Amino acid sequence: MREKILDRSTLDTALLARLDAYIDSLKGDKQEQLIHVLHKAQELFGHLPHNLQLYVAHALGLSGARVNGVVTFYSFFNEEPVGKYVTSVCMGTACFVKGADKVLERTLNLLGTKKGEMSPDGLFTVKDIRCIGACGLAPVVTINEKVYGKVKVGQIDDILSRYRGEKRAD
Amino acid sequence: MPIKTREDLMQLKAQLPDETSYRMTILLCGGTSCLSSESDIIDEMLREKIEKNHLENEVNLVKVGCLRFCGEGPIMFISPDDIAYVRLTIKDVSDIFEQHILRGHIVDRLLYVDGAQNKTVPAPKDMDFFKKQQRIALRNVGDIDPRSIEAYVAREGYEALRRCISDMRADEVINVVRKSGLRGRGGGGFPTGLKWAYTASVKSDEKYVICNADEGDPGAFMDRSIIEGDPHSLVEAMIIAGYANGASEGHIYIRAEYAISIEPLRLAIDKAREHGFLGTHIFGSEFSFDIHIKLGAGAFVCGEETALIRSMEGHRGEPDKKPPFPSESGFRGKPTSVNNVETYVNIPAIILRGADWFASIGTERSKGTKVFALAGQLRNIGLVEVPMGTTFREIIYDIGGGHPEGKQIKAVQIGGPSGGVITEDFFDTPIDYDSLIAIGAMMGSGGMIVMDEDSDMVEIAKFYLDFTQDESCGKCTPCRIGTKRMYEILERLTAMEGDPQDLERLETLGENIKNASLCGLGQTAPNPVLSTMKFFREEYEAYAYRTKRTSYLIDGKQCIGCTKCARVCPVDCIAGKVREVHTINENDCIACGACYDACPTNAIVKP
Repeated sequence: MREKILDRSTLDTALLARLDAYIDSLKGDKQEQLIHVLHKAQELFGHLPHNLQLYVAHALGLSGARVNGVVTFYSFFNEEPVGKYVTSVCMGTACFVKGADKVLERTLNLLGTKKGEMSPDGLFTVKDIRCIGACGLAPVVTINEKVYGKVKVGQIDDILSRYRGEKRAD
Repeated sequence: MPIKTREDLMQLKAQLPDETSYRMTILLCGGTSCLSSESDIIDEMLREKIEKNHLENEVNLVKVGCLRFCGEGPIMFISPDDIAYVRLTIKDVSDIFEQHILRGHIVDRLLYVDGAQNKTVPAPKDMDFFKKQQRIALRNVGDIDPRSIEAYVAREGYEALRRCISDMRADEVINVVRKSGLRGRGGGGFPTGLKWAYTASVKSDEKYVICNADEGDPGAFMDRSIIEGDPHSLVEAMIIAGYANGASEGHIYIRAEYAISIEPLRLAIDKAREHGFLGTHIFGSEFSFDIHIKLGAGAFVCGEETALIRSMEGHRGEPDKKPPFPSESGFRGKPTSVNNVETYVNIPAIILRGADWFASIGTERSKGTKVFALAGQLRNIGLVEVPMGTTFREIIYDIGGGHPEGKQIKAVQIGGPSGGVITEDFFDTPIDYDSLIAIGAMMGSGGMIVMDEDSDMVEIAKFYLDFTQDESCGKCTPCRIGTKRMYEILERLTAMEGDPQDLERLETLGENIKNASLCGLGQTAPNPVLSTMKFFREEYEAYAYRTKRTSYLIDGKQCIGCTKCARVCPVDCIAGKVREVHTINENDCIACGACYDACPTNAIVKP
C-alpha cells in the first residue's frame, strides 16, 4: 500500500487520465462512491489488476485492502483479463429448469476452458450469470450484448463458430 | 418551467399529442425478452417505413415498456383495431406495414393462438392470460411511452404528489398509507405505513428514503419491468415518501446487471428535475428533494437492507445486526426508510384513489395486488398482477394455461432461493403473506416457477443452494459454512455417493442455519431444501438409497426410428437403424438431454 508498490508503468496513461477526470467529476463524499469508480475503471481497462486497484485506493485516500475487499466481494468485478467475447449462460431458475446447466457444460467443453477463465485462444470467457430477466426465452446465452434465446445443446457449436471466425458476429 | 399548481400540470398534459388525432396507435413491446428477440430492430424498420410513406401524423408507433406476455414476444398491440400480433420477427414487418397499416387487413398468421383451446384470439382483452389480472403496480407499464413525462402526467401522474404537498401534512400521508394496509412487496411483508411512521418519528437533521431495486431472485423481473416501463411512478412515489418521512434525499440502489436498461429511469429523473418535481420548493412549498442512482455490483445479499446500505456507502455488502433498524440508524447513520420498487409504485395509486379503495382489494391481512413473474413449464409465460387471495390454481391454469404438453404439474416454486415449493394439494390456497407462511413457503419478491412431472426436485434444491452458498457474504459462520456443507451433501447424493443418514444431516443442518444466521439470506437459505424434502422425500431417498436411474431411456412404443436422437447425442450412445426402435446405452449416457430436445415424438424418457 506504499507508493513504491504502485507501478503505474503498466497502466495506460490516457485511460488513467480519463479515470482521474471521472473521479474529479464526482460530487459529495468520494470514498462512498468507490463502487462507481470501480465500475468506471473496469469499463475503461476491461478488468481490475492489482496496480489499478492500488491506483484507485490512492486516488480516493483508501487503503489497498479496502479496495481489494470490495473488488473481490462483488461478482461484477474481474481481477483477471476477460476474453473478447464474454459468453454468459443464464442460471436463473427458468433457464435452469430448461437445461441451462447442460448448455454451460457443453460450452465449456467446446472451448476447452473453465468457468470464469479466458479460453486458450483469448477469445472467450464463459460465465454463469444470475437471471437476466428474459425468462420467456429460457435457456438464454448472451455473448457480449447479443442474446441467444431457447438455446439447445446441439446449437452451441454453431453459435460459437460465428465468433471464432470473427466475421459473422451478427 | 417548474410545475407549481394543478393548472400547470394540466398544461403539461395538454402538450401530449392527442391520441385520437391518429388513425392508429401501435404499442410495441420494449421489455427485455422482446428486445432480446429483436423488437428494437422491428421498431426501427417499422418507423422507417412509416416515415418514408409520410404517415407520422396518422400512425402513432410507441415503443412501450413490457407488454407482459413475454412468452409470446416480441408482441405488439394495435388500436383502435384492438388486436395483438405475437412472436414477431423482422420478416413480418413488411406484412404488418403493407397489409395492416396501409390496407387495414389483419395479418391472420401473426395473431395469438390459444394453445389450450386451439383457437385464435385477436384482442388482448379476450386472452385468458390477461382476463384475471388486475393492474395497480403495473397500471402504466406497457401502456405509455416510458420516456415521456407528458404521457405519465396524462395518466394523472404527479397529481398524487401535488395533493400530498398542497393538501396534506406528512403525518396525514403516512396515515393513508397505514390505513391502506400496504405491506412491503420485497418479500418480508412489513407494513409500509408503520415503517414510514417509525422513520418519521425519529428526530434527525437528515433522513433518507431508499428504493431497493436489487432484484436478485433468479427468475424474477417485476421490478425491472416497472423501472423500464413506468419510471415516473417510482420517481413520484419516492418524492411522496421523502415528504412523508421527512427526507430530502432519495437513492435508488439498482443491481449492476440492470445498468444498461435503466436509461428510461435516468431520463425520468432528469425530466422530473426539469419540471420542478425534484429540486427545491416542490409545488411551491418549502419541501426540497432529489434522487440519485447507486449501482450495485452483483451481490445477492445486497437485497437485504442493511447489506444494501453498506454497499451504498462503498463497502462490501455485509449485513449488520438489527436492531438498530435502518429506520433509526441507516444510510450514513441517519434514519432511513428502505422500500422495494413494487411497494413504491402502489403509493401514488393509493393517494389518488384512497386507502379504503386499496384496502377493499385482497384478503383480510394482505391488501392490494401482487405481481408475479410467471415462468417454467407453462403455456403462458410473463408478468401477472393479481389481487391478493388469488389461488395458485387460478394463476397456473386460468392465466398460465397449464402445461404446454398437458403434462402433470408437480410443484410451484415461489420466493426463489429463500422460498419453497408448493405442491398440488395446496394449489387452492389463496395467495397472501400469512397463508403462504402457514404452508411453509413465503411470498418472496414474486418469482413463480412452475415445474412439471419431469423436474428433479433434488436437483432444483441443489440449484438454489448452489446459488445461496455462492452468494453467502461470509460474515456469519452458520451461513458461510453451513450452506457449503449442505451443498456438499446434495452433491454427494446426486452423484449417487450419499447414504440415508445424509437426509437427517440435511434436516439438522438446515434447521440450525435457519436459527443461527445473521441475516435473511442465511435464515431462509435452507428453505428450498427443507420444503422439497418435506413434499418429495421419496426423491431424496432414491438418491440416498442409490435406487435412482441416471440415464435417459427410449420408450419403444413412441419411437419412430427417425435417428434424430442418435445424430445429436454428443457421446454416441444411442444405437438403432432407420425406422426401428432406438436404444440408449445406459452406461455411456451423460444425461445431457440433447436427445430429449431433438425427439419429435416425445419418446425419450428423462431419468
